[in-house]
Amino acid sequence: MTKDHGGDVRLSGISKTYGSFTAVHPLDLTVPEGSFFALLGASGCGKTTTLRMIAGLEEPTSGTVHLGDQDVTALPPYKRPVNTVFQSYALFPHLDIFENVAFGLRRRGIRSVKKQVEEMLELVQLGEQARKKPHQLSGGQQQRVAVARALINQPRVLLLDEPLGALDLKLRRQMQLELKRIQTEVGITFIHVTHDQEEAMTMADTVAVMSAGRVEQLGSPTDLYENPHTTFVANFLGTSNLIEAEVDSTSGDDIVLTAGDGKLSLPGARCSAPTATGGRVLVGVRPEKISLTHADDAGDIPVGRNRITGRIAASSFIGVSTQYVVDASVCPEFEVYVQNIDRDPRLVPGAEVVLHWSPAHTFGLDAAQDIDAGVETVEEEQVA
Amino acid sequence: MTFIRRLKRHLVVIAGLLTLGYLLLPNVVVTVFSFNDPKGRFNYAWQKFSTDAWTDPCGVADLCGSLGISLQIAAWATLGATVLGTMIAFALVRYRFRARGAVNSLIFLPMAMPEVVMAASLLTLFLNLGAQLGFWTILIAHIMFCLSFVVVAVKARVMSMDPRLEEAARDLYAGPVQTFVRVTLPIAAPGIAAGALLAFALSFDDFIITNFTAGSTVTFPMFVWGSAQRGTPVQINVIGTAMFVVAVLFVLAGMAVGNRRRRQKA
Repeated sequence: MTKDHGGDVRLSGISKTYGSFTAVHPLDLTVPEGSFFALLGASGCGKTTTLRMIAGLEEPTSGTVHLGDQDVTALPPYKRPVNTVFQSYALFPHLDIFENVAFGLRRRGIRSVKKQVEEMLELVQLGEQARKKPHQLSGGQQQRVAVARALINQPRVLLLDEPLGALDLKLRRQMQLELKRIQTEVGITFIHVTHDQEEAMTMADTVAVMSAGRVEQLGSPTDLYENPHTTFVANFLGTSNLIEAEVDSTSGDDIVLTAGDGKLSLPGARCSAPTATGGRVLVGVRPEKISLTHADDAGDIPVGRNRITGRIAASSFIGVSTQYVVDASVCPEFEVYVQNIDRDPRLVPGAEVVLHWSPAHTFGLDAAQDIDAGVETVEEEQVA
Repeated sequence: MTFIRRLKRHLVVIAGLLTLGYLLLPNVVVTVFSFNDPKGRFNYAWQKFSTDAWTDPCGVADLCGSLGISLQIAAWATLGATVLGTMIAFALVRYRFRARGAVNSLIFLPMAMPEVVMAASLLTLFLNLGAQLGFWTILIAHIMFCLSFVVVAVKARVMSMDPRLEEAARDLYAGPVQTFVRVTLPIAAPGIAAGALLAFALSFDDFIITNFTAGSTVTFPMFVWGSAQRGTPVQINVIGTAMFVVAVLFVLAGMAVGNRRRRQKA
């Protein structure tokens, strides 16, 4: 009768409320054993609360937490085979690096810890620093100590709460690869909480995007990026151009829509909105999927591509690409990223252009949502 | 002209040295007069150098007895006030309970109240309770007035403690007791030590409250006060100087340990 769940982490109907505020709405989530799983969302979306409920540091208002077949909901944190890398690292300031790393082993009554601790410090390249105090290390080194201190216990699950938040950009990139390498090496399930969508996408096998205490969408990074189901996901993960359109007809597997005075088509499978004729749909396309052609050459555009017209409002040269903002009839600020392969000198602000892309790269969203959901929060987080 | 310019340039140093002199002068006087060989009963005028008092510090009747009582009371009062004060400080910082705000301000009341008022009211209280004045009444009174100082010192430290450290300990298989002993206590230790030292110093040299609550017991400050009426033995200066030297040695030892640790780390 009991299904073998191996070492999966299973959250069933788990929720957390503080007084009248609901931090996490009843949530079901399964994290497969050995995977690198990311909880992604803006601050206050409930991702850290969810993590703390898995660690046992927060008691769920309802629901259960299972590790494999074991119900750990009622277990205190020190009895769970789960370890956490805290946001501020929370290294013990009165103990040196060696003792920090040895802490978990000693508490479980293991006597000869020297060899294990030294091996672990080698893994995170801190063998030389064993006798220093935490405050004598750089941020990146402290971060590695925090990882070593948790990993040495060989937990079933390693929880990472914004572990790279305090590092500068270059170090963050380096640590992302480092963490990914360690995860592959040790094969432990990693659950990683972050507000940085790039971090989540580079590191995780599966990403759950959270907003206002709910999981908006769950999937592989590619799946989430190419096929978002809500405007929040579309805007929070990268940039999306969203056009309001009306369903005109259905031809085969494709849906034909009217936007302004033009027609756009989109594969029915990529539309998460109801597609009854006359219904309103948000048509989305990522900026790098779009080609930009000067209006004079409009005749050269192959048939069957979605196309809209507009005027270039601004352009910025990034090096690998040029980013254009196009004032289109159906969307005032259309973003287009063009690879710098053959630069057309006529594409300057003020030029009349045609934007065109393959219908296969189009996705459809329910128009009954806030079109700007997830936009502001990203910018706020980047400033912070 | 150059003198004024030099004065201006070193004004801060000069002011600092003058203040330091002002602070240390009484100690210097006490030390110098501990080597005096006074004529008559009062040790107020320099006569000639002598080490008699140093070779026989207990040569005066009751002096060392009163010193012993003072040290005992200070030790117990420090222990009592530190344990209670630390618990109060943790309760005030960590828990939200009814009347927490009131307790928070009431705890400061003994610090603000004039000592003589507190002394008089303590005496009234003890007499009404029918308590026998002596060692125990002094100790109870001392623990009471040291408590506020310990709470203030420990509270400051606990407030600046990252609660995540204790979460990390629990996450790393430390139960509640282990977490307290291995993480909370060591991190709060500097605050607790500061509170304890303060309590010891306050208790050891308290005169007013002790005088009211002592009955026939005589502590060292009371002995000094009493003898000042009839003549001051040089031994008082010897004990005073010795206390000062012990305190300075403690500070130096603390600094040496701190320096060595810092060098090891670097």
